[in-house]
Amino acid sequence: MNNKIKRILPQFLTILFVVLVFGFFTINAQVNMDNRGIDFGFGFLSQEASFDMQFTLLDYDGQDSYLWAYVVALLNTLLVSFLGIIFCTILGVIIGIARLSQNFLIKNSAAWYVEFFRNIPLLLQIFFWYYAALRALPLPENAEPWFGVTYMTIKGYYIPSMIWENLNVFMSCLIATIVAIIFIRIYAKKIQEKEGKQLPVLYISLALITILPLLSFLIGGVTLDFEIPALKQLAQTSFIFEGGIALPPELIALVLALSLYTSTFVAECVRAGIQGISKGQKEAAASVGLTPNQILKLVVMPQALRIIIPPTTNQYLNLTKNSSLAAAIAYPDLVLVFAGTALMQTGKAIEIVGITMLTYLSISLAIAALMNWYNKRIEIKEK
Amino acid sequence: MFKHLKQLTSLFAMIAVLFAFTTEAMAKKSKTLKNTQKKGFVRCGVSQGLPGFSNADASGNWTGIDVDVCRAVAAAVLGDANKVKFTPLSAKERFTALTSGEIDVLARNTTWTLSRDADIGLTFVGVNFYDGQGFMVRKSSGITSVDQFKNGISACTNIGTTTELNMRDFFNSRGISYEPVAFEKADEVVAAYDAGRCDTYTTDKSGLAAQRTKMKNPDEHIVLPETISKEPLGPVVRQGDAVWEDIVRWSLNTMIEAEEYGITSSNADSMKTSDNPQIKRLVGAEGEMGAAFGLDNEWNLRIIKQVGNYGESYKRNIADTGILPDRGPNQLWTKGGILYVPPAR
Ligand SMILES: N[C@@H](CCC(=O)N[C@@H](CS)C(=O)NCC(=O)O)C(=O)O
Repeated sequence: MNNKIKRILPQFLTILFVVLVFGFFTINAQVNMDNRGIDFGFGFLSQEASFDMQFTLLDYDGQDSYLWAYVVALLNTLLVSFLGIIFCTILGVIIGIARLSQNFLIKNSAAWYVEFFRNIPLLLQIFFWYYAALRALPLPENAEPWFGVTYMTIKGYYIPSMIWENLNVFMSCLIATIVAIIFIRIYAKKIQEKEGKQLPVLYISLALITILPLLSFLIGGVTLDFEIPALKQLAQTSFIFEGGIALPPELIALVLALSLYTSTFVAECVRAGIQGISKGQKEAAASVGLTPNQILKLVVMPQALRIIIPPTTNQYLNLTKNSSLAAAIAYPDLVLVFAGTALMQTGKAIEIVGITMLTYLSISLAIAALMNWYNKRIEIKEK
Repeated sequence: MFKHLKQLTSLFAMIAVLFAFTTEAMAKKSKTLKNTQKKGFVRCGVSQGLPGFSNADASGNWTGIDVDVCRAVAAAVLGDANKVKFTPLSAKERFTALTSGEIDVLARNTTWTLSRDADIGLTFVGVNFYDGQGFMVRKSSGITSVDQFKNGISACTNIGTTTELNMRDFFNSRGISYEPVAFEKADEVVAAYDAGRCDTYTTDKSGLAAQRTKMKNPDEHIVLPETISKEPLGPVVRQGDAVWEDIVRWSLNTMIEAEEYGITSSNADSMKTSDNPQIKRLVGAEGEMGAAFGLDNEWNLRIIKQVGNYGESYKRNIADTGILPDRGPNQLWTKGGILYVPPAR
């Protein structure tokens, strides 16, 4: 009995303390807000936002609610984070492997790249890409086309947009293709385990992925047109491109800066991962007759990934949080739109900062969970 | 367990009552005034650099008509117009800085609107500049009126401003589709517009005139004649300290009324012997004009002597610097303007 109390008492006191502190701050905030005539509540979320946003993935208009503004701004944050993660991974893997190259030039340029982009503060890099690089871009009227139909200008990157007919038929074909490829892979693995034969899965997949969607055009009634951006004059010296899709320079500068900066950290993770695999493994693999490509793919990478993924997850989380620097260059992300404009217009500081913090926490937890799941999957399974 | 819960709630209730009690009692004596006198300086929120309104020079000296409001308060409550601590704030930060108690006066070209006054724990005490929103464009564009704006125009501005909302009303009511590019800091807006990112830069007209002086080539830009909104700019205080609110309000009023009666920083002392009782009240030679605030009788004399009247402040900061030489509506009501303040008596 005595022992039980001894065990429970400290825990009880801790909980009591936490509750008291929390309660104190809540009441304190409540009283102070009352005194200053500020009321607490989330009712504002259904009010009309009445401000516009420069760039949105879903339809948004100032008549929509603050809640919808939140959703749309959140999507913008997720978009830069997603693009940043993709590009920083691709770049990071390439640079990481390049750092281990036997070639003096490749190895050293990779090392320089890492030192350079890692040591300049991120905000400075964002400003560089946005203000310095932006100023160097031509005005729309002076822009030369890239690849014939796209235009890089100070007001953004204009690319053709696709106009589909019977898009759903095409999509069904695409899904069918993917399902087919998954089945073929499973089948190929079975064959290999049973008979030791390797099927050319890659070629079969490539063939499928070209043929099936092509069929949808030929007999499925799918058509695709491109709308190509065309120059339009607004005033004597003021032009824009109309038609097609405009990627705002704010988005481009942000993705560029985030991926270049984060790729250096990913590269170091990749390098450490590969170096963490002992030489003996590679030599053993070579001695049983695997080609260098197979060694990297079948022996080194599966093991290296286990070392690479946990620290890389951290970098992905950093990138997502760093994307909030968007506010400095007018990219309408969650911080600029929701914790900025919406907070100012409603004055609901505590509510909005709370929601924003919870949102970033949730995104981080989701990314971490996803990477944990992937890490578990590729762990060595003792048989 | 339930018994404990009950005790806990009553404990919370007691704490709440305790807090409510103390803050209530202090408000009557102006907690802010007491704290300010204890600290020895007025905590004043200003812009991050808007020439004519609030701008710091290379050695950190702040000048401008908004700055002068804070200096007037310091002269009144501390006896020295220089005892001000300025906190530069972006449009987005300004209200939270005030409501959270980081500053006690906000004098940062802030528009008085219903929702700001009623909703978010702020109280506007007056207007020190009557303004309206306008547009700036490059001269070379050939645009001379907002009627020439076309679909697809891009407009740079600040977030967290009335500008952002007015802009939408304006373009929507004219059925023009536009690309809003909204930055947090004013310098970023100017840099982006100057680089050609936007076709037009929109904000308060006074702001446009002031920011134009920061452009690479000010002569290459013009402010269009149209005014699309009312922007009465004025100082703001936190809600809940009525005495402090009155002190700031009457510090501003004193500057404006002093101009009306021809009292300036150089003649204020001699006005003590004037025949006009209203003038004598404004220089502390008649009545007990400071007692209600808990101040001495010469608080207003110090404002006029150390900071000057509104006209002097306007001339020094806005006219002589070439920002807006013409006072427009910001002229006394006796001279065709709309500056009209209640009498100090
Ligand atoms: N009066 C408007 C706009 C105020 C505003 O922030 N204007 C900008 C553009 S002129 C500014 O003051 N910038 C100066 C700075 O941020 O330091 C409001 O109260 O919302």
